[in-house]
Amino acid sequence: MSKRPESETRGEFAAGLRDGVAIGLGYLSVSFAFGVAAVRAGVPLWAAVVVSMTNLTSAGQLAGLSVIAACGPFVELILTQLVINLRYALMSLSLSQKLAPSVTDGQRLLIAFGNTDEIFAVSSGRDRPVTARYFAGLLTLPWICWTLGTLLGAAANRVLPASVLEALGIAIYGMLIAVVLPAARRDRAVAMVVAAAVVLSCAFAWVPGLKTVSAGFAVIICGVAASVLGAVLRPVEE
Amino acid sequence: METMNVGRLILYIAGMSVTTYLIRAVPLAAVRKKISSRFLRSFLYYIPYAVLSAMVFPAILYATSSVLSAAVGCAAAVICALAGLQLLPVALISCAAVYVTELIVGLV
Repeated sequence: MSKRPESETRGEFAAGLRDGVAIGLGYLSVSFAFGVAAVRAGVPLWAAVVVSMTNLTSAGQLAGLSVIAACGPFVELILTQLVINLRYALMSLSLSQKLAPSVTDGQRLLIAFGNTDEIFAVSSGRDRPVTARYFAGLLTLPWICWTLGTLLGAAANRVLPASVLEALGIAIYGMLIAVVLPAARRDRAVAMVVAAAVVLSCAFAWVPGLKTVSAGFAVIICGVAASVLGAVLRPVEE
Repeated sequence: METMNVGRLILYIAGMSVTTYLIRAVPLAAVRKKISSRFLRSFLYYIPYAVLSAMVFPAILYATSSVLSAAVGCAAAVICALAGLQLLPVALISCAAVYVTELIVGLV
């Protein structure tokens, strides 16, 4: 592979930046909701911001929050992250096929940090191989917005009236519903898996005995059980 | 609210971020061929939906100050999501539904 001229590589970064604008705007609001939820759960503002800067994953962070807020066992926190973020392993696998040959092993390790659902989606949809500069540009705005939104949300807890905060507490759940339901509507098998997960989750929340299982482990058990059910009954076609 | 132990908090955050990073980095750095197990591919396909669903319900019912307003907010989100609205509008309408419900309950 030949060295690209300077102007072309700079163009790659700019193209990434441009593609990252919409993701960044979306992240601002999701991370705002995370910031609100974190401080309400008793996590200090600085910790909420550091979690966002270093994790860059909405569902994983929200699940981690419940374990942290309860001062739960460390192993539960790690297992929760493992299961909830397991999908990234598949996305990273897929992204590795899409990277330009010029991407070095070191750059791969940096790219891995920013492989979120949305960034993965945009990278996969690109009509050309993904270069390190393109990915760096793509990641820049979403990462800044994710951090900034968390900071604003956490700080908002101190200034916004309680009635507004009560209402904002549901925002992150609303977004997760907006991720799941369209897929469940498109694909009946996903709908079945979703229904199974919800029924199990309700059982862990309300049935005596099962209630003693902590929230983090309950999510892991429900998620794995429902996915195994789906994989056995309705394996995906290639 | 008692203050959290800073050392423990840092340990939690480090554990979270290192785990999340490794999940993303190991396949990207090491594995370059396609997963052949159909079961594993199916499992990985369903996992995000299953986990997100279990996280949302029934926890969403306790996300506001009353189960009633949370249920209204949840219903609003479900309707908007099924109608095909994007993430942000769904979330905002859900919040608005909670806010209005709380207002009405407060008046009664």
